Amino acid sequence: MSVGEELIRGIFKENPVFRLVLGICPTLAVTTSLANALGMGLAAAFVLLGSNVAISLLRGIIPAKVRIPAFIVIISTFVTIIDLMMAAFMPNLHSALGIFIPLIVVNCIIMGRAEAFASKAPVGPAIVDALGMGMGFTLALALIGSVRELFGNGTLLGFSVPGLDAMPVIILILPPGAFLTMGLLLGLFNFIAQKRGP
Amino acid sequence: MELLAIFFSVMIVNNFILAKFLGLCPFLGVSRDLRSAACMGLAVMFVMTAASGVTWAVNDHVLKPCGVMYLQTIVFILVIATLVQFVELVIKKLSPVLQRVLGIYLPLITTNCAVLGVCLLNIKSDMSLVESVVHGFGGGAGFALVICMMAGIRERLDIARVPPAMQGIPISFIVGCLMALSFMGFQGLFAG
Repeated sequence: MSVGEELIRGIFKENPVFRLVLGICPTLAVTTSLANALGMGLAAAFVLLGSNVAISLLRGIIPAKVRIPAFIVIISTFVTIIDLMMAAFMPNLHSALGIFIPLIVVNCIIMGRAEAFASKAPVGPAIVDALGMGMGFTLALALIGSVRELFGNGTLLGFSVPGLDAMPVIILILPPGAFLTMGLLLGLFNFIAQKRGP
Repeated sequence: MELLAIFFSVMIVNNFILAKFLGLCPFLGVSRDLRSAACMGLAVMFVMTAASGVTWAVNDHVLKPCGVMYLQTIVFILVIATLVQFVELVIKKLSPVLQRVLGIYLPLITTNCAVLGVCLLNIKSDMSLVESVVHGFGGGAGFALVICMMAGIRERLDIARVPPAMQGIPISFIVGCLMALSFMGFQGLFAG
């Protein structure tokens, strides 16, 4: 597989959210607006990149038996870094995302990539894999965030959208709306995949 | 009274799955049949209660005096992982029946965000030890309640006619939406 294909794979064919249905908790919890969704996606992408590089570099050193705890420590180190950085430089976003920043530690996407890819691959491919998966996650969050903000609040990135802001469907930015949007989008992507054939 | 309010508010009004979006992986993954859902719910309830108490103690007696609160995430996840292993060992020794019931679900719980989530929330909202434990227990009970309800509905869904694109996970999200809607009806039951 070429580098480009590898990069695209995380965005479409193996999109962590829509195709693999991983990392659902933050996906639903923070996508009440596009800005929050982007912040969460980028934070997770940063952790993914850092942990993939570190784990790939250390793959010869970590004994197989204790690899899971070792991965957890590496991942939570990067989570702590991004947590403190966001608290310092983006306090509003940091408080909007709340406990979901520290909870990146238990995001299955990151652990999944560490176990399935980074622990077996050299640094170069691990970086490409992290970038592809990170982008796929961010784009998926951005899509859900835009749908919910656009229809639930009548705005996009805080700017009101004429026509939609008169009658917002408030339920979409409440918790049930997250389930609804996610279910319908998943169904839509399944529908497209089935139309295009296997 | 205060404790009862915490318990029911976190169990029903601010349910971990439906209102806070914590622990969705097992909610979707282990809700195919009622039996395994009940076992998963029990295991989570157990670990959430224990983890709330232990992380509260670690935070109050180790992290705070040493002034290293920023290590919370790393320390908590390690404490939870160790705790789960420990609980597994104890159960294996004490009760083979419980071991058979909870066995395969316990290791999965380490990466369940509801457990780490409840610990972080306890610290964030400055709860005392007793409040933390009640909060953890209520959260776990709410998790068990909702995952069992979901399993019951999904058993019925198997015989329903669902459009091909919506089968499996997508329709489960729609069910989750309806459950969340109905649970919103409890809002305002307890102040706070």
